[in-house]
This record gives sequence, C-alpha cells and structure tokens, in this order.
Amino acid sequence: MEVFFGYGFFQRALLAGLFVAIACAILGLFLILRRDAMIGHGLAHVTFGGVALGLFLNILPLGAALVVAIFASLAIMKLKEKAGFHGDTAIGIFSSMGMALGIALATLAGRFNADLMSYLFGDILAIDPLEVGLSTALAAVVVIAILANYRRLMFLTFDREAAKASGVKTAHLDFLLAILTSVTVVLGMKVVGILLVTALLVIPAAAGLLLAASFKQALFFSSLVASLSVVFGLFAAFYLDLPASATVVLFSSFLFGVFFLLRRRRIS
Amino acid sequence: MNEVRELIRVEGVSFQYNSIPVLEEVSFSVAQGDFVAILGPNGSGKTTLVKLILGLFRPTRGRVILMSKPVDEFSDWSKIGYVPQKATHIDPFFPASAREVVAMALLSGRPVAGPGKKEEDEAVTHALERVGMAPFRNRPIGSLSGGQQQRVIIARAIVNAPELLFLDEPTAGVDAAAQGLFYEMLHRLNEDQRITILLVTHDIGIVNKHITKVACLNQRLVFHGSHADFCQSEAFKTMLASGHLVSHTH
Repeated sequence: MEVFFGYGFFQRALLAGLFVAIACAILGLFLILRRDAMIGHGLAHVTFGGVALGLFLNILPLGAALVVAIFASLAIMKLKEKAGFHGDTAIGIFSSMGMALGIALATLAGRFNADLMSYLFGDILAIDPLEVGLSTALAAVVVIAILANYRRLMFLTFDREAAKASGVKTAHLDFLLAILTSVTVVLGMKVVGILLVTALLVIPAAAGLLLAASFKQALFFSSLVASLSVVFGLFAAFYLDLPASATVVLFSSFLFGVFFLLRRRRIS
Repeated sequence: MNEVRELIRVEGVSFQYNSIPVLEEVSFSVAQGDFVAILGPNGSGKTTLVKLILGLFRPTRGRVILMSKPVDEFSDWSKIGYVPQKATHIDPFFPASAREVVAMALLSGRPVAGPGKKEEDEAVTHALERVGMAPFRNRPIGSLSGGQQQRVIIARAIVNAPELLFLDEPTAGVDAAAQGLFYEMLHRLNEDQRITILLVTHDIGIVNKHITKVACLNQRLVFHGSHADFCQSEAFKTMLASGHLVSHTH
C-alpha cells in the first residue's frame, strides 16, 4: 500500500477526491431531503456546455464550467419561482440547453476529443496540482458554508414555512444552496465525470440516511461512505487498471447495499 | 389600573390570491394574555390570516402591526412561536432527533459543535420537559407517534420563550385522547407562562373551556369578541347549523 502513497499523482487524486466527495455527500444530504437530488444530474449536463465553452475559448474549462453552472442553477431557481414550473421541468430545460451548447461548441471547435472525454468520464488520477489546489479549496469552502449555516438549512429543509416565520432568510439560503450545488457539481465532475457526478451527490448521502438516527449521524455516515468510496475506489482503479470514476461509484454503491442490509437487519 | 398591551393589530386587511378574494376588510386586535380561537369554515381565510400576521403573505390592502411594528419591519422573531398546518406530516425518513428538531429554532448559526452548546442543551431540554417529551429527546422524529411529534413541534415553537404562539389546526390527525391532553397543555402555557395564543380550528367544542376570545371568519370577520358572547351570537348558530363548526367534547 505504501507504494501508492509514494506516487505524486496518487496523493493528489486522494486529497482532491476526499475533499470533493465529502462536500458532495454533505450537500447531497440537503438535496435529497429537499427532493432536489436530480438537480445534480441536470447541472452536470449544463457543465458539459461550460467545459466545451472553456475548450472553445481556450480558457480553463473548470472555470468556464463553474460560471455556466452557477448561471444555470440560478436560472433554474428563478424559473421555478416565477413561472411556477416544478423543479424537474426547469432542470430538464436547462440540462438540454447545456448539452446542446456543448455539442455545438465542441463540433465548431473541432475538439470533440480526449479533453472533453476526460470531463465526461472523469480522470481524477490525472488531476494536476493547480486543479488539486482549486478543488480542495472550493470543497473546503462548500463544507464550511454548509456547517456554518447547517441549523438554518436543516430548519428550511424540515419545515420551510416555520423557518420563514422564525426569521430565517429562506431566499438567501436558497441562493446559497444554488451556488454551492453548482460549485460541487463542477468539482465532482473532475473526480467521476459529468456522467457520474450525480452518484457522488446521491449515493453516500442516501446510504447515510439509511442508518442515521439524527442529523449529525447522517452527516457522519454520508461523509464516511464518501471517504471510503474514494480511498478504496482509487486503490481498485490502480490495481485493476480500471477508470477511477467507475470504481469510486461502484464502491459507494456497494456500501449503499451494505447499509441497506444493516438497516433491514436492525428493523427486523 | 394596568393597561393591557396590544400584541397584534390587523387594520382593514384584504388579500387576493390569483385575483380571487380570500379575505376582505378584516380588522381586529389581540391583547397580551389572550387565548384566541380563529374559527370559520374551510376556505374562510383562517390560515391566510395567520400567514398575513406572520408576514408570510403581503396584504393586498390594509396593514398588520405586530408588537407595535409594521410586520415588514418586525425582526424579533424569537418572540414568536409558530406551528404550521400539517406540521406533523413529517417525512418519516428525515434524520433528525427530537432534540435537533427543537434546536432548529435556536437560530444562533453555530456550527455542529461550538460555544454555548450547554445553554442550548438546557433550553431544548426545558422546552421538551414542558411538553412532556424530555425522555424522547434522542429518538428520531419519524419514529414518534403523531401526538408525540406534535408535542415536539410545540417544544420547538416555545424553545425561545415566545410571547406569542400561533397554532394552525394543530390537532388534525391526532386521536381524541391526545387532543384533550394537548389543549390542557396549551391552557397551562397560556395561564402559567402568560403566552398569548392564536389557535386556528374548526372544532369549537374541544377548545371552548380554554379560549378567552373568538375571531370568526368567512372571508370577512363575522364575529370578534369574548367566547361567551360568541356562543350567544347569530354567527355561532349559523355556523353550527350549516355544519361549518364541529362541536366535539372529549
């Protein structure tokens, strides 16, 4: 095992992967409880357009994806509020637009190539030092922002009306969550790719919910599943010569299955 | 003679939803220590009135004064407790203990563990004790019965020691025995703690021995006054005859 930690690329992948996965798990908990889990899926499609825009303009794709994802996230929120659409309709509109934009730009740029593929399927083992710094810093910001507001977010998620009547600025928190979700999806894209980023947001949080008797326990279990998935997923990828995105997601799915069986056993 | 402090004043309030009138020209006031029942048939605007008082809706016309301030400018929300309609329709998988549900209202913005945790614990335990739920503090909220969940939600509403407590159909879906105990508990909060209570209900029978005032709505305010006067009023007889009020006694 020591040999793996000797590799710089493995250290970078582990560091960035752990930070990003924990941020995804903690945020995912709120998204699931707000019945907004699929926003991650929608925004992941939008970030495809952002990455293509970055490659087209020859600027940092991660930065371009972040700007596009934040714009789309706020637009989805406004469309729900102003036009009265359900969340899934608003997500469907913007995710399709993002994908269409990505396909058009990538074709125009003639760069529908390995660069774009690495964003579709993720390539955490190839993450460079700049991206590691950016990913860990942003993931830390996401975790701190959630923990600093966690009681308000929990109140908003549990009982929106009572939270509002208690002076909670619900519109501000919705805005905060929209921004944090965009940032997290873009970060998750680097770890497992656009096609699997929903898994990082949903599976560890759903596993945590299976065994938690309190919100603190849910935060702990979700983060634990996310961390174990990254660690063992990366080892499996290295050993079996498989894409890390696949092994990380498969490992988190396995842990979800274990938690599900433990819950059934506890109930019975 | 001590002057009774006015906590709520509703002045000529009208409200429309999608151009449909819900409330028209409603005016009344609530004084400190009152236990007010807001009565009326379904769709009479009871819940809307409570939401207007709490600033959750903006009136189309008129204004609401809450503790001497226009509700738009009111900021001391720790003095208000609110139990919304369907408060006990809780997602059974929501991963919060009874303690965490009560602590939600302590909006200090502190992270998971931080300074002041001991004071918070004391406040939460005290609120749970007052509703008889302290032994259940670590139980997941989804695992409690409807009546127990309701008590936890009340504990959340009183954890900040509010002066004013709003309850919107709080006993919907709760069995008769639990309802009786629940209203006894509200009576104690009103009598012993001097908490002013506004209770939305359509069941006059179960609350009649506790309330001091009645505000009866049917888009307009059709009666506002003491409970004794309400029982002699035409509004009461009309509503009872048309089946818009239930008069259970348990």
